[in-house]
Amino acid sequence: MRMKAFRAAFPHTIPILAGFWFLGLTYGIYMNVKGFSFLYPMLMAMIIFGGSLEFVAADLLLGAFHPVQALLLALMIQARHLFYGIAMLDKYKNTGWKKFFLIYGMCDETFSINCTADIPADVDRPWFMLWVTWLDQLYWISGAGMGGIAGSFLKFNTKGLDFVMTAMFVEIFLNQWDKEKEHRTAIAGLGASVLCLAVFGKSDFMIPSMIVILVFLTLFRKTIEKKGGLSS
Amino acid sequence: MTLNQQIITILMCVLGTMTTRFLPFLVFSSGKPTPAYIRYLGKALPSAVFGMLVVYCLKNVDPMTGSRGLPEMISVCFVVLLHRWKKKMLLSIAGGTICYMLLVQFVF
Repeated sequence: MRMKAFRAAFPHTIPILAGFWFLGLTYGIYMNVKGFSFLYPMLMAMIIFGGSLEFVAADLLLGAFHPVQALLLALMIQARHLFYGIAMLDKYKNTGWKKFFLIYGMCDETFSINCTADIPADVDRPWFMLWVTWLDQLYWISGAGMGGIAGSFLKFNTKGLDFVMTAMFVEIFLNQWDKEKEHRTAIAGLGASVLCLAVFGKSDFMIPSMIVILVFLTLFRKTIEKKGGLSS
Repeated sequence: MTLNQQIITILMCVLGTMTTRFLPFLVFSSGKPTPAYIRYLGKALPSAVFGMLVVYCLKNVDPMTGSRGLPEMISVCFVVLLHRWKKKMLLSIAGGTICYMLLVQFVF
């Protein structure tokens, strides 16, 4: 059962392996350049497990000690996970002891696979989702560790490599788009974010974007439910 | 910063992250069925959120200066083309990234 779920889950995580090793290596190298031992990126990858925050945390560690600011920044940067949690309430229900690990390791990419993957009926769902979670976490930790170790040896032009994250979210967005009958919600997400980016600027637009999206989805619930801008 | 201060700073990042990950499950999963509105949000949110994350990734693009967002625009279009062509996730991501790296290293 476990192995069957593993064989079903692994192919879904291959793009994440590529992405996380690229980004994880980048992160490890970044930490190496900032003067941290490889243990830092590896441990932070393991227990924070949130890429953008880990980059920010490197700066925090080099600055003055300010724990409250660190907590608030973490909450702001990670707030989108509240959305993921709401989206996964039903799917993570009745998963027993696995639930803790499923929630702890729910990064953007793991969420996107567990939320959208068509899991074959004869595959154990909780194990499938747990393998996705653990594999992704393992990729990130190993990538960050390798980057931290290899940071001082690597000599190739990595400029532009970070676009891997953009490409991945564009691809996931397109997959989501294909699943819908109608694209009100997808366009609302793009539109609200672009609008809030223009109004609030790039460092403060995420929270307003989420509020605008929630308000939009709440106001137009009847229409959206009827016309079907919903994923299955 | 001392080692203890570093540990506390990292733990604050963990606490913030895990609050956002666990809170929905603590608030909504008390054995009762999930409210219909929340179930609706669960279905309606993903498309909107991924739209938002695309914008988040591109937030540093400035159409007024530098390369004016051209490498990003071309590479995103390339991802869309690859997706329409093969619908293979890895291909779209790798193709888009390589396209972008070539553009920023050799063209712009």
